[in-house]
Amino acid sequence: MKELVCITCPRGCRLKVDEKMNVTGNFCPRGKIYAVNELTHPVRVVTSTVKLTGSIYPRVSVKTKDPIPKDKIFNVMDEINKVTLKCPVHIGDIAIKNVLGLGVDIVVTKNINK
Amino acid sequence: MIKKNYDLVVIGGGSAGMAGAIEARKLGIQDILIIEKNDYLGGILNQCVHNGFGLTEFKEELTGPEFMTRLSDQVKELKIDYVLNTTVTSLLPDKTIYASNQEGFYIIKAKSVLVTTGCYERNAGAIMLPGDRPSGVVTAGTAQLYLNIYGYLVGKRVFILGSGDIGLIMARRLTLEGAKVLGVAELCPYSNGLNRNIVQCLEDFHIPLYLSHTVSDVDGYDGILHGITISQVDEHNQIIPGTEKKYECDTLLLSVGLIPNSPLLRDAGVKLSRNKGAIVNERYETSIPGVFSAGNVLHVHDLVDLVTKESRLVAHFIKEYLDGKESAQDKYLDVIASDGVGYVLPHKVSLNNTHDVTFKFRVRKPIKDLNVIFLDKDSEIKKIFKPVLIPSEMTEITLTSEELKKFKNNITVKVEKKI
Ligand SMILES: Cc1cc2nc3c(=O)[nH]c(=O)nc-3n(C[C@H](O)[C@H](O)[C@H](O)COP(=O)(O)OP(=O)(O)OC[C@H]3O[C@@H](n4cnc5c(N)ncnc54)[C@H](O)[C@@H]3O)c2cc1C
Ligand code: SF4
Repeated sequence: MKELVCITCPRGCRLKVDEKMNVTGNFCPRGKIYAVNELTHPVRVVTSTVKLTGSIYPRVSVKTKDPIPKDKIFNVMDEINKVTLKCPVHIGDIAIKNVLGLGVDIVVTKNINK
Repeated sequence: MIKKNYDLVVIGGGSAGMAGAIEARKLGIQDILIIEKNDYLGGILNQCVHNGFGLTEFKEELTGPEFMTRLSDQVKELKIDYVLNTTVTSLLPDKTIYASNQEGFYIIKAKSVLVTTGCYERNAGAIMLPGDRPSGVVTAGTAQLYLNIYGYLVGKRVFILGSGDIGLIMARRLTLEGAKVLGVAELCPYSNGLNRNIVQCLEDFHIPLYLSHTVSDVDGYDGILHGITISQVDEHNQIIPGTEKKYECDTLLLSVGLIPNSPLLRDAGVKLSRNKGAIVNERYETSIPGVFSAGNVLHVHDLVDLVTKESRLVAHFIKEYLDGKESAQDKYLDVIASDGVGYVLPHKVSLNNTHDVTFKFRVRKPIKDLNVIFLDKDSEIKKIFKPVLIPSEMTEITLTSEELKKFKNNITVKVEKKI
């Protein structure tokens, strides 16, 4: 029996997983998916900012469009810190395509026009 | 262009203000103005670049800026008037509003007002932090603003006091940007942040959490932070001698609570509760008829989804008020937070009320296997079993209009361990 906290959403359900990967304590189905993933290959969404030029704001926020393997977080941060974007930027703009070949894009999460 | 008269003026263009204005427009209120002091809408969410927002509001997991853009897009689509870079300096009891910006000073008459000015962070003075007051002691939200909006890292070796969510989020953010976060000290024997933040902000990065610990000294004799000392506390929050641990650090982040930003309301003569938010009835109307309040200026919410839900509800009451369904002479039942309950909202319920009312409250301490009990003075009216409640999560319980009719003296709310 393993106990873990589902971090898929802020509700933070306390999950119990037995040897046969049966999950209990989840409020919604995503808790089950989380528990199985977390015990086999843990992933996280990384959020950060990148440099922005031509704007009164020197940074714009970004995220990994999908979760990436947990052990790649710092490698992905290194890539994010190499990028500079030019104003204007819009939600969904791609800052890095297929970062480190993980099959996930880094996308902008804010509109900045000035 | 700011006009002289409005049906509804919304003070503060954060999530609460925008959600309230959007719903008000959908309900048919025409003349609406949102007044925002920053040069952008969205309030604090602009700097909350992490994700986890919007699961109930939009059924999607969004970052703070994405969440607030969904709202500001609707404000624009619905052609709701808003002014930026404009600060409300006073609210008068007759709902006259003074506002000022670079172009000038405005006197605005509002038929109704929604105050959604958010909250601010408790600082070193507010918690009587011992020791020196050097540079390098900053609130977590300030560090978040510097880093996420302006791109400045506040320090390289950081200690965090308080396990509130903003502190936990910043522990991860600073670590990702190359700072060393030495630890988080929490006065309570439990964390005040959401479980998920303990896991993905601390445990993921092996950042230690010291429960029942506080900062007992700050070393910054020459105006620059050199280090701090933390000590363990007993059950009365008294420092236990001999438990000191010293850390060399250049930054101490404070994540020790939020306080409603309510001076406008206070100066207007609105009665405030102990937690500094307005005292409101079941329609979220303050002691001044036609002045309503929602969001973090009313009570601190854990999740923005709860903020927007509250504010949308309040828009319905504003519409009723403007349609003349006011009840200023109503008699009220007081709502009393009793054993184990920190606060309850609304603070009073009209005897004329004919609706179901959702009560929002927080427990004082984590408690398992408990009953939430609603009493009319001493006689029990309703009892609800809950497996677990914790202070960092707001609880909502709805009483039907039928149930509410049974209360004659007051509405007392308490929690009790199930025996
Ligand atoms: C530092 C910090 C971090 C947070 N992080 C999270 C998080 O990660 N997740 C989460 O769900 N919640 C978070 N919260 C809680 C968050 O505040 C709420 O979820 C929600 O965004 C609050 O919305 P609001 O509209 O009540 O307040 P705010 O977003 O603070 O909006 C208030 C607005 O009023 C404006 N204003 C204030 N006074 C005046 C005036 N006199 N005249 C004109 N305008 C004025 C302000 O400029 C601001 O735009 C955080 C809060 C803080 C303080
Ligand atoms: S199980 Fe569902 S509701 Fe519970 S934390 Fe996970 S995602 Fe959220």
